[in-house]
Amino acid sequence: MIRTENLIKAFGDTTVLKGITTEFYPGKTNLIIGRSGAGKTVLLKLLVGLHKPTDGCVWYGDTDFFSLDKKAVRAIRMEVGMLFQASALFDSMTVEENVRFPLDMFTNMTAKEKLMQVNSCLERVSLEGANKKYPSETSGGMQKRVGIARAIVLDPKYLFCDEPNSGLDPKTSIVIDELIKDITVEKNITTVINTHDMNSVMEVGDNIILLYKGEITWRGSKEDVLESDNEYLQDFIFASPFLQRLRARALGK
Amino acid sequence: MIINRFLAHVGRYFQLLGTAIARPEKASMYYRETMRQMNDIGVGSLVIVVLIAVFIGAVTAIQFAYQLQDSFVPRYYIGYIVRDTTIIELAPTITCLVLAGKVGSNLAAEIGGMRQKEHIDAMEIMGVNTAAYLIMPKIIGALIMIPMLVAIAAFVSILGGYLATVPVGLISHSEYELGVRSYFIPYNITLMFIKSFVFAFILTSVPCYQGYYVKGGSIELGRASTNAVVFSDILILLFDYLIAVVFT
Ligand SMILES: Nc1ncnc2c1ncn2[C@@H]1O[C@H](COP(=O)(O)OP(=O)(O)OP(=O)(O)O)[C@@H](O)[C@H]1O
Ligand SMILES: [Mg+2]
Repeated sequence: MIRTENLIKAFGDTTVLKGITTEFYPGKTNLIIGRSGAGKTVLLKLLVGLHKPTDGCVWYGDTDFFSLDKKAVRAIRMEVGMLFQASALFDSMTVEENVRFPLDMFTNMTAKEKLMQVNSCLERVSLEGANKKYPSETSGGMQKRVGIARAIVLDPKYLFCDEPNSGLDPKTSIVIDELIKDITVEKNITTVINTHDMNSVMEVGDNIILLYKGEITWRGSKEDVLESDNEYLQDFIFASPFLQRLRARALGK
Repeated sequence: MIINRFLAHVGRYFQLLGTAIARPEKASMYYRETMRQMNDIGVGSLVIVVLIAVFIGAVTAIQFAYQLQDSFVPRYYIGYIVRDTTIIELAPTITCLVLAGKVGSNLAAEIGGMRQKEHIDAMEIMGVNTAAYLIMPKIIGALIMIPMLVAIAAFVSILGGYLATVPVGLISHSEYELGVRSYFIPYNITLMFIKSFVFAFILTSVPCYQGYYVKGGSIELGRASTNAVVFSDILILLFDYLIAVVFT
């Protein structure tokens, strides 16, 4: 479990996060949702220590993440997989080399074992056969999936996904969501997903927090979304008039 | 204000080097990366180093011959002067100034690009000590290859001096040979290697630092690359002076 305690982050004069206190549970897909610019990426990067908080704590189980020395931080990060918003694939390496990189760096597997592991991860994200392609030769959606494959190749205990389905068509998007969901349940991973995709919210939202202007304005699960009359939530999920009508009909109004 | 900023840079530079000196997560990965760097730095710079060395030797020889005109200094001194000036000063310094431009800008751009494209963040998240993985192989590769390049440069310069003077009749083959063999002090070779090690360290560590902490976009990346070269050059000249003072 990951817990944040009054997490505050300011860049110069602008305070992006104003005291985030929440919990992310293992075996669940924990969602951070919010409009563009709400601070989702900043929060995610705080959780993994790519930003330093202005104030507040992040707890991994009983460990205060920001009190650790570099070595201990690296030990935790060995158990972390992360998918970046812009994928962050190593562009001078092929897809296979990208996914294999963590194995090369941290395991003593033989070349054959590594290849099998890489291929099974690529298969999970439906990219079998793309081994020899370079990231620049693949589509944005494929890069996302390579990023996921790379994030799960070491069987992480914590998985962070920044917009896993932006730039994907709705169908692929759902496949990716379910994939992440399956892995999460199967391996009891603590998964945190940033998204502004309402399909994902309704599909995999076990534990959702809604960020608005640096604060959590709503929390709950996908079941609570329809019932809630939180203005910002409704504004976010049912952004278009079409969806608003659907909601009204579902609620029998 | 400027002093503060300067000291902050110095502090962060040494901090980065401190983090970079660590036990590799995986020796084979570091080995592979070091080999790649040795190839890039060493083999990749051979042609330009040789080219420059030929001209350094040739120009030194011709200009010294010109200064010797109508003097009582024996002409075989040309060989002697070319040998010593290139070994002590020109081969290490000029070669490394040029390499700071070629290798230094390249390293700053490579690491800076990785920083901007979040590759470094991605590696950090995996648990890689990026300071070590990205910097140590480059420094080690340079420390191995650059002294070799400098030695080659010194040798080629002496050849260059020969080519510029003997075939055109400024001096005879045996005179040049006599000069090159006269008054040889082995310590000068040591001096050359001390310089090349120090310069090699400067021209890799400074650009790595510039690249590692780059922010912003392509303009900042270009600026980091330029700064890498300028600061390396200044430091090389400064240490050239200090080594001269301390070791001679
Ligand atoms: N390094 C930084 N320096 C200064 N301000 C930043 C920095 N990173 C983010 N911000 C600011 O923080 C705010 C939140 O940014 P963030 O990237 O977290 O948004 P987001 O919720 O992920 O949006 P999106 O859905 O578009 O990715 C923005 O207003 C942005 O300007
Ligand atoms: Mg974002």
